[in-house]
Amino acid sequence: MRSKPKWLFPVVALVPVLGLYACLRVYPIAETLRLSLFKWNIISRRKPFVGLDNFVELMSDPLFLEAIFNTTIVAFGVLVITIPVGLALAALINSRQGLRRSGFYETSIFLPHVVSLVPAAMAWKWIFDARLGPLNALIGWFGIPAQSWLFDPALSLVCLIVLCSWQSIGYAVLIFLVGLKNVPEALYEAARLDGASSFQAFRYVAIPLLKPVMLYVSVITLISSYNIYAQAFVLASDVQGAPGHLVRVLVLDMLENSFRNYRVGYAAAEAVVLLVIVLVLTGAQFRLFRDRSRA
Amino acid sequence: MSDPDHPSSDVDRNTPAGLAIDVVLFAIGLMMLLPLVFLISNAFKTPPELLAWPPTIIPDQPTLENILGVLHETPLLRWIGNTLIFAGISTASIVSTSAIAGYVLGKFDLPWFPVVFGVIIATSVVPFEVYMIPLYLNVQAAGLLNTLPGLLVGYLVMSFGIFLVRQYVTTSIPDELLEAARVDGAGEGWIFLRIVLPLMRGPLGALAVLAFFQAWTAFAWPLVVTTNKDTYTLEVGLALFQTGFTVDIGHLSAAAAVALVPSALFFSLMRRNFVRGVAGTGLKE
Repeated sequence: MRSKPKWLFPVVALVPVLGLYACLRVYPIAETLRLSLFKWNIISRRKPFVGLDNFVELMSDPLFLEAIFNTTIVAFGVLVITIPVGLALAALINSRQGLRRSGFYETSIFLPHVVSLVPAAMAWKWIFDARLGPLNALIGWFGIPAQSWLFDPALSLVCLIVLCSWQSIGYAVLIFLVGLKNVPEALYEAARLDGASSFQAFRYVAIPLLKPVMLYVSVITLISSYNIYAQAFVLASDVQGAPGHLVRVLVLDMLENSFRNYRVGYAAAEAVVLLVIVLVLTGAQFRLFRDRSRA
Repeated sequence: MSDPDHPSSDVDRNTPAGLAIDVVLFAIGLMMLLPLVFLISNAFKTPPELLAWPPTIIPDQPTLENILGVLHETPLLRWIGNTLIFAGISTASIVSTSAIAGYVLGKFDLPWFPVVFGVIIATSVVPFEVYMIPLYLNVQAAGLLNTLPGLLVGYLVMSFGIFLVRQYVTTSIPDELLEAARVDGAGEGWIFLRIVLPLMRGPLGALAVLAFFQAWTAFAWPLVVTTNKDTYTLEVGLALFQTGFTVDIGHLSAAAAVALVPSALFFSLMRRNFVRGVAGTGLKE
């Protein structure tokens, strides 16, 4: 029994997992980086090295620029809705904590975050529908003329922001609630003794303590919005087959370049841009955390 | 989640202000659910009622026509079956690889382990969409398009799972327990299966729900590796079905509702587990 070397079990146990990681994560990531420097159309034998040419071309590609513009608008649009609304809802729910009904509040706000993307997007598509949708009928009551929500380029971005915010608010509320529970009760007591109203106590006691959590949720929200695809896919394709306005987001543009235009190297370069955006956001988060803990 | 001994607020239970908050939260909760409620109710409406304004929440003349029509038009049940199998195997793989790797990296001390753990965590920062294309090329070269293994390739391991298990093992499983078993002559495999695994039921449960959810809602990857109607997952099948020319809103709603209701129920029931998992990661495609 003692004759087996001590390292045998951990190594044997780990090797299959490491093999999977090497094939399914490390290799394809490295391959994306490599392909982004080549010009390649899948079929051709020729795969010339072009250096940074793909990236240079991206910088003046109107479709890519549109995609990155749209994606950025959506990501920050979702952010400015999700953080304040999520924070306000978490504060309200927290104040009703321990009551039976607070379970309903939490579940109903969280549910949109967990239901499947496609059916949820289909539900919103009906709401936004120009002819049948309740949204146009609703604004009609207020004398506002019907809008073609999913066809107008600017309005379809608004629709996408609404859909994505509806999904991400539940996550923000969940994390904020965890944060709020960690605020020591004694701090609220102290604020109250000093004559602070409950709003003031929240504003000046809880919010400063929640800053790291807010930062974390902001970064997660931005990163997941830069990756959106299913939502844009569903909202953009029209029910009756008419050409709906395509909300070109980054992942959509990348897949189109790769699978419709067969420009694999070029699409890989787009993937690298997405990776850089995500790394910058993650890096900014770490940096801000470190500065905070030093200060 | 709720803690009755510790009302962490200054709004007293049933003051007017407290009740006003209840009204606001109740209204917002209903608004959040409204799109889903309409979707389900539309699934049971007749064509004229679908056009009615204001839209009814409970159909006047509920009909099963839409659901039967959709089951006839599309292999919806097959898509559900495909997705269940795909999500089930993905979950099993993620739970077992995370359990073993997290345990080994947390309790054994070889000089290169920190590097391995660092690489695993580093890959978790990279979104799947970034390395999807090379992965697709490999799956294609191996002839695995439109197959279950091809679908699974993207969903066999999860860095967050390894992180979660390692965290749990280092903080909650004492070394003395493992040493005692070794002194008694237990083999390492036996210790893992009989002692460690049962202790990890909590975190593995949370991980399983999270992994299942991730596979169930996967979209971009299944969309590119399946091109044949019979191999679609539910999300892909639905998304492509709704691009069709002749589909009416009743049928669309019926298909979406059939997909939505089981998952919504499942995740409501699993809320505790799910919240634990999601609170630790920003996982969402």
